[in-house]
Amino acid sequence: MPEPQIVVNGTPRTLDGVPAFTNALDFLRSLGLTGAKEGCAEGECGACAVLVARPDGDGSRWTPVNACLVPAAALDGQEVVTAEGLGTPDDLHPVQAELASRGGSQCGYCTPGFVCSMAAEYYRPERPDSQPLEGGSDSEHGAERGPNGFDPHAMSGNLCRCTGYRPIRDAAWALGAPAPGDPLAARREEPAPEVSATRVDGAGGAFVRPGSLAEALDLLHDHPDATVVAGATDWGVEVNLRGRRASYAVAVDHLPRLRGLSTGEVIEIGAGLTLSEVEAGLGGEVPLLDEVWPLFASRLIRNSATIGGNIGTASPIGDLPPALLALEASVVLASREGDREVALADYFTGYRETVLRPGELITSVRVPRPLAALTAFHKIAKRRYDDISSVAVGFALDVVDDTVVRARIGLGGVAATPIRALATEAALEGRPWTFETVEAAAEVMRGEGTPMDDHRASAAYRSAMLGNALPRLWSETGRLPAEVGR
Amino acid sequence: MSDLSRRPDDPAVGVAVAHESAALHVTGHALFTDDLVHRTRDVVHAHPVCSPHPHARVTRLDTAAALEVAGVVRVLTIADVPGVNDAGVKGDEPLFPEEVMFVGHAVCWVLGETLEAARLGAEAVEVDYEPLPAIVALTEAIEAGSFQGGQPVVSRGDVEAGLADAAHVFSGTTEMAGQEHFYLETHAALALVDESGQVFVQSSTQHPSETQEIVAHVLGRHNHDVTVQCLRMGGGFGGKEMQPHGFAAVAALGAVLTGRPVRVRLTRTLDMTMTGKRHGFHAQWRVGFDDDGRLLALEATLTSDGGWSLDLSEPVLARALCHVDNAYWIPHVLVHGRVARTHKTSQTAFRGFGGPQGMLVIEDVLGRCAPLLGVDPLELRRRNFYVAGQATPYGQEVRHPDRLATAWDQVIASGQVDDRLREIAEFNAAHPHTRRALAMTPVKFGISFNFTAFNQAGALVHVYKDGSVLINHGGTEMGQGLHTKMIQVAATALGVPLHRVRLAPTRTDKVPNTSATAASSSADLNGGAVKDACHQIMARLAEVDAGRGLPWEELVREAYFSRVQLWAAGFYRTEGIHWDSTVMQGHPFKYFAYGVAATEVEVDGFTGAYRTRRVDIVHDVGDSLSPLVDIGQIEGGFVQGAGWLTLEDLRWDESDGPGRGRLTTQSASTYKLPSFSELPDELNVALLEHAHEDGAVYGSKAVGEPPLMLALSVREALRQAAAAFGPEGTSVDLASPATPEQVFWAVERARGADPDHVAVGSPGIAPEKPDPSAPRLHPESERVSREAVGHESVEA
Repeated sequence: MPEPQIVVNGTPRTLDGVPAFTNALDFLRSLGLTGAKEGCAEGECGACAVLVARPDGDGSRWTPVNACLVPAAALDGQEVVTAEGLGTPDDLHPVQAELASRGGSQCGYCTPGFVCSMAAEYYRPERPDSQPLEGGSDSEHGAERGPNGFDPHAMSGNLCRCTGYRPIRDAAWALGAPAPGDPLAARREEPAPEVSATRVDGAGGAFVRPGSLAEALDLLHDHPDATVVAGATDWGVEVNLRGRRASYAVAVDHLPRLRGLSTGEVIEIGAGLTLSEVEAGLGGEVPLLDEVWPLFASRLIRNSATIGGNIGTASPIGDLPPALLALEASVVLASREGDREVALADYFTGYRETVLRPGELITSVRVPRPLAALTAFHKIAKRRYDDISSVAVGFALDVVDDTVVRARIGLGGVAATPIRALATEAALEGRPWTFETVEAAAEVMRGEGTPMDDHRASAAYRSAMLGNALPRLWSETGRLPAEVGR
Repeated sequence: MSDLSRRPDDPAVGVAVAHESAALHVTGHALFTDDLVHRTRDVVHAHPVCSPHPHARVTRLDTAAALEVAGVVRVLTIADVPGVNDAGVKGDEPLFPEEVMFVGHAVCWVLGETLEAARLGAEAVEVDYEPLPAIVALTEAIEAGSFQGGQPVVSRGDVEAGLADAAHVFSGTTEMAGQEHFYLETHAALALVDESGQVFVQSSTQHPSETQEIVAHVLGRHNHDVTVQCLRMGGGFGGKEMQPHGFAAVAALGAVLTGRPVRVRLTRTLDMTMTGKRHGFHAQWRVGFDDDGRLLALEATLTSDGGWSLDLSEPVLARALCHVDNAYWIPHVLVHGRVARTHKTSQTAFRGFGGPQGMLVIEDVLGRCAPLLGVDPLELRRRNFYVAGQATPYGQEVRHPDRLATAWDQVIASGQVDDRLREIAEFNAAHPHTRRALAMTPVKFGISFNFTAFNQAGALVHVYKDGSVLINHGGTEMGQGLHTKMIQVAATALGVPLHRVRLAPTRTDKVPNTSATAASSSADLNGGAVKDACHQIMARLAEVDAGRGLPWEELVREAYFSRVQLWAAGFYRTEGIHWDSTVMQGHPFKYFAYGVAATEVEVDGFTGAYRTRRVDIVHDVGDSLSPLVDIGQIEGGFVQGAGWLTLEDLRWDESDGPGRGRLTTQSASTYKLPSFSELPDELNVALLEHAHEDGAVYGSKAVGEPPLMLALSVREALRQAAAAFGPEGTSVDLASPATPEQVFWAVERARGADPDHVAVGSPGIAPEKPDPSAPRLHPESERVSREAVGHESVEA
């Protein structure tokens, strides 16, 4: 194996001697590249955002990630660009120039992270190459897209405490297309570096990226205490905030077997794909999931977090499981003994407990067809985006001739695991799709799960949200009579 | 027009320029305190050992196991303190406590070759505690009579007579939560000792001089032995006014004892666990209106949650009491204040400094009472504005109250408020599950430190032989654009282009005895000082020039060869202010900053979720020194205020379980700030025109804090939208913060039309009167030690 290294702003930097738990942020800062900052160390603030060249068809895509979560060793062989690599004070990058001139920075601490998130959107190939806003002093009100095609969700994972965001929005809205000869634009045409097998041994542990599933399963068999790492958006928080250390970390997110995606008779999604990759790969094939994506953490997180990781971590909340439960998804688990498929509804066994056996890996998620016709995802949280749900509800209903023939409802945040709302499903199935049915089923749904009081919400509010979810669905599908008061 | 406020032709002030560090910010070249670690050799890292108890006596502290951990260099304990074991200025904040007072209180600090070693060392330190009873909730403290510090009273007229004359009397209780600063840069300090034994501390501090004083007294050294520098802060918002001192002192102590540079940097969780926040407040009130809805009398008792030590709680409380009136004339006023002592972080300065809490009380009163009076809330507020000739309850004449009316009318016009109110009514009639509402609130905020001595500043201006200018002043840069403004002031005063002026980082060995960069007044104060220094130089240059009109470079060169001093130390103190805190009367503020906001929200009746559709603001910054900076402060302050009032939800474990006293929202994943999605769909900010302020530098006004309180319009709009789910005329109580859950409950109460949150009728429920023997504030209450307080009480 060649010496592990990362190409940072065009210069190879060795990972030799870097402890396995060191995150990319601390590694970059130790090089003197202190533009990326630690603001929260858990992927919530984006002050540490950097760009990584990731595969995009035959070319590359500049993908922003939270450097505080990704282990430096996981970037072995990769190309990283930081705010320092985009421009200099005397030669600002267009993103930097717009932010600087419009008052987009006040204290400046979050700014390099914003620059990287915005640069990724600047270089996003699908961004329509339309005219930037004249003068840019104001924006189209409530626009979901800037006049230049800029997606504001690109900045959903970056917090600024000073500006109130308006000048940052104006800067984003004012960006044109990359100029001819822009080196980062040109770099998109070349393939991204391959993510090959890695082994980084440092003080306190080893980080290993096996080359194949078989090798990975052997490693997990031989090292029962190994920590499985994919996007590390959960593990990174444990390392940073709770001081957990892995003596042996096995990275599985780039195992070829875990990176497939097919939308045939069964929709099968490789567990190692990031949520952004799944979103792009499905291309709107599963409308319920399209409702989840913008509400699932932030773009920065979705660029790292994998679908397998979200299920593997077995959070009682997790935003995908409620939707996947409604879709009657199953997970494929592989071990040295072979594969098995487990319905997601049977996968969770208790708080942060699952049927996953030692030495076993989630390799893919399967969603059966046909997909339900009426689907919706409700997420109740304090903040509209990038927050953890108090309650999450996934709906998948089939209504034929005004009768509910099938109802699948997944819930998060109201029990020790994500659950199916089985009693509510029963109260709907076979009944006419009328407000009376909705009202009766809503009362059943109000009693689902075992909601708790915590800092996110009270148990009473959680129950009330369960009780209101069906009437809300009814109202949003345009069929609630105006006189019904709640 | 005063000399101070008069602008020359073509001034560099008033021009919209980018932040002076903008190009450094966007390229990652701007250095913050902890970035310096990577440019410093042999740094030792520090990690605290934090108390798991909210209140306990430390019965044993054994560091032996920590010293066995590989890489641990030393453990700093109380035994190592050569000077005063205190991190504050009142003698009630032991740096190394023997009695821990909140969960997270640092008992000792471990120094390691790496942060990892220090952290593991801290885990290995053995501490035995004898748990003691702890008071966590503010209401528990009130019940237990757990108070600290002086208990001021603002009084005017005869409140009993006023209430007796009132046609309508209402009484109620208002509670509001605190707020975490969540500056993106957590607390950081890096200390080293130079060849002569002088201690140099780089600190993320809003008050370098006080950091210097604390470091010196902890080390048992003189102030001239310690230099503190602050390059810039990644946000401060008041959270770095008092709180950095202890961390700087730990770094300095470590540097002195190890001979190596020592770095202290808190992780976000440590920062949130260990450092003070905005005070939560509890208020009981009784209010009287006449038949026209005019305020006649207000009686209130405000209790703030001070946390474990006094910190800045007394001046915060004083400012809250001085802002209960907000923009409204109230003939009879009796407002008591007191600071509760609880076993939580020591609550401290936060943008607005008690002003927001005081104003929230009166806006809450008006918002709840308007429907009961049958008066539209817009009209009720407008009708009660101060007019010329009236004075505040603490005796200061309200100058320029017409600006309130002007701003109000301008917002109504530019915001098409009348049309939109009609559209909102139509929308609400057509949508069973959604309600919109528009609310307007005014702000009148007093500018100056209540503590008179802080209203002074110094500056150092150097003109070099080549005509380039280097300025230094006592204020610190935390993103508010102070340095940008100071460059503009210097360029204006010297008559040179902006690019000739450079600003050097804030250091205590350049300008001594500086005030905190706080109270919004740093541009007023330091601007006055910079201008003074420049004028001294210009006076000398004028003699050299002798009317010839020489170009700048030539003039400077000639002056040098004529042996004329090309640099000057400037000084400024605010004239015309006085304050007697024992009776809470005087003229504490140089002037008032005014503003008005109109906010429209939409609330979902199923969930209580909401979004802000449109905000229109007209704000008074005088003649702006730097419009891009000022608009940034207004917008940023508004959004930060909206965060406090809506989604920022500090939760403390108030149960009797093992986690009692713990902050359960101590990370970015549990404590949510406004993000991009909370930016109003439409945000229009205009600066009030014809707003020259005669008493301040180049006619400008302070801008840092006042706009934060414009966000009270968000809360009032949410209240009105929630009430709109009930019958016409519904009065609804809304918790603060108004999270979606709390808005949902307000909607539910509105649907159930529960008016019990206000007691209607005379004489009403009188607020609890504080103990008459409680100490009052006194003139030095902001700065004196506990011993002095005791002495004062004896005299009284």
